Amino acid sequence: MSSSTEWPLWEVFVRSRRGLSHTHAGSLHAPDAEMALRNARDLYTRRSEGVSIWVVPSAQITASSPDEKDSFFEPAGDKPYRHPTFYDIPEGVKHL
Amino acid sequence: MSTPLTPTAPTATATALALGDDALVLSHRLGEWAGHAPVLEEEVALANIALDLLGQARVLLSLAGDEDELAYLREERAFRNLQLVEQPNGDFARTIARQLYFSTYQNLLYGQLASGDGTFAPLAAKAVKEVAYHQDHAEQWTLRLGDGTAESHERMQRGLDALWRFTGEMFQPVGGLDGADGTGGVVWPALRESWTASVSAVIEKATLTVPTGPQEGAWAAGAGRQGLHTESFGRMLAEMQHLHRSHPGASW
Amino acid sequence: MATAAEHQTARSEADQAAADAARTAAHTAAFDAAVAADERIEPRDWMPDAYRASLVRQIAQHAHSEIIGMQPEANWITRAPSLRRKAILMAKVQDEAGHGLYLYSAAETLGASRDELLDKLHSGRQKYSSIFNYPTLTWADVGAIGWLVDGAAITNQVPLCRCSYGPYARAMVRVCKEESFHQRQGYESLLALSRGTEAQHAMAQDAVDRWWWPSLMMFGPPDDESSHSEQSMTWKIKRHSNDELRQRFVDICVPQAESLGLTLPDPDLVWNEERGHHDFGAIDWTEFWAVLKGNGPCNEQRITQRRNAHEEGAWVREAAAAFAAKHGEAKA
Repeated sequence: MSSSTEWPLWEVFVRSRRGLSHTHAGSLHAPDAEMALRNARDLYTRRSEGVSIWVVPSAQITASSPDEKDSFFEPAGDKPYRHPTFYDIPEGVKHL
Repeated sequence: MSTPLTPTAPTATATALALGDDALVLSHRLGEWAGHAPVLEEEVALANIALDLLGQARVLLSLAGDEDELAYLREERAFRNLQLVEQPNGDFARTIARQLYFSTYQNLLYGQLASGDGTFAPLAAKAVKEVAYHQDHAEQWTLRLGDGTAESHERMQRGLDALWRFTGEMFQPVGGLDGADGTGGVVWPALRESWTASVSAVIEKATLTVPTGPQEGAWAAGAGRQGLHTESFGRMLAEMQHLHRSHPGASW
Repeated sequence: MATAAEHQTARSEADQAAADAARTAAHTAAFDAAVAADERIEPRDWMPDAYRASLVRQIAQHAHSEIIGMQPEANWITRAPSLRRKAILMAKVQDEAGHGLYLYSAAETLGASRDELLDKLHSGRQKYSSIFNYPTLTWADVGAIGWLVDGAAITNQVPLCRCSYGPYARAMVRVCKEESFHQRQGYESLLALSRGTEAQHAMAQDAVDRWWWPSLMMFGPPDDESSHSEQSMTWKIKRHSNDELRQRFVDICVPQAESLGLTLPDPDLVWNEERGHHDFGAIDWTEFWAVLKGNGPCNEQRITQRRNAHEEGAWVREAAAAFAAKHGEAKA
């Protein structure tokens, strides 16, 4: 078959149980969103791995570029004052 | 491993056999798709349905006796499944037509059983969730094949037409489910009405034509519940049973 | 005589080339450092072309093995001798389709499309594990495949869960988790046969006799003849050598065979106190190369069935695509 009729690729996100976020489980091919959801159910939750599924066309995902990772993520590295462990609190002070 | 029913409940045994054989035989047919499905995702989907049905079959047959004895040692004439479920897979469209007809029926039937308090209510309550998904799968594919390409439209119509004459048998009352034991039985004419409405809506939405041929009365169509089957069924059983029968008394 | 503008162009081209080379060198250094530090390489990271090509080749071959591997076992679904065994076998063959799917997805993160990879499989340009070119002649073969073939596969695959390429490693984590059921069901099935009737015991022994040597060949040619091994080890796509893994597998199988009450068909198989390992007989590599080159018992049959399923399914895939286009579904 020609690749022109290859079904598009979808990314699958599964919520493993209530109270947790959806996490990326993998991908699959499907002709449309409804079938993508069903294929995801059959493939990624057949051992009771989930209670909710999202599917997103892979082409719809905008990702940060690894080439920009220095400018994207390094500036956050020198701001320890954002973390609670940065602060010294006298021993014995509670509920802080 | 088996929970034989008391001899005072022969009807329940017969009922378990009828429903159990439906599930067993259809599961076997779907199992024949393994390695032949049109796309990998569909390998997984068909196997899921086959496994659900096999699970149902095992519970039902165990109500009637030893599951393996019943599956492997009965002769063709002792099977009580609908002729519809034993029909060969054909192409994917024919398999989907068989799924559409049967899963719609099974969903309605098990839905009614689940809402009552008869012997089969607990089993039906679990199975009806599985079956609802089978029906959804069949409907999704009927729509896509019917309203897809000219070729798929033609194949889907052919599948629906070819199997139509096996659908009338589904509405012959199955003994033991008529509410004679005061548990609120299945109302067969209403079941038929709901089935026809549901299936017709899907077929029409798929831009296909609801078949108009006879649903019963045509030669041999509709006697599976009495143990009369179609030619291909004997071959199916020969394949299914030969290994088990070749080693009498062996355990696996 | 060259004009000033032409000089300008030549100079900027040279500058460009130098800049490219510097960038590649920086990328290579970053890549090598990441691999050396046991960090994972992710799809959008820069990677050497040869690393990408090598991964696509290996992951595709692995995916192909999963889906071709469905055939010898599916051969027995319709004849499984009990309903329990039938359910187990169906679930197992289904898992293999699932594993194929995970792996094709991993390959797709490297820019290969599934259709393109299937096309290479169907036309013989990419391979699958030779083990699936052997036939399943009796029911016991299903058990032997679970115990030996899946056992060998797991031995090969567990280290791949730490492979340097993230999506492949993650797919393998999922695959390995699911595979452990495959091996256990095979062992249990063989045990039932071995402890069953005389005919069942003989069937089990016959299956082990036929599958033992091909299973040892699954680890690939000896280290000194393996063409891709060294580079794959440096890149941490591969973590142990073929011979190392083969030895590990033999050592695991010997006591398991004893518990089964079956013998492994190798008169030279003995414990070597000094090495702390079992010595085993010479593998018939002529057979291995013959099967690899297409002359195994089932090469033709397997690929034909695969190609037929794909071709016969074309109208279904086209129909669903046409439906989606008609009904304005998001086209990715």
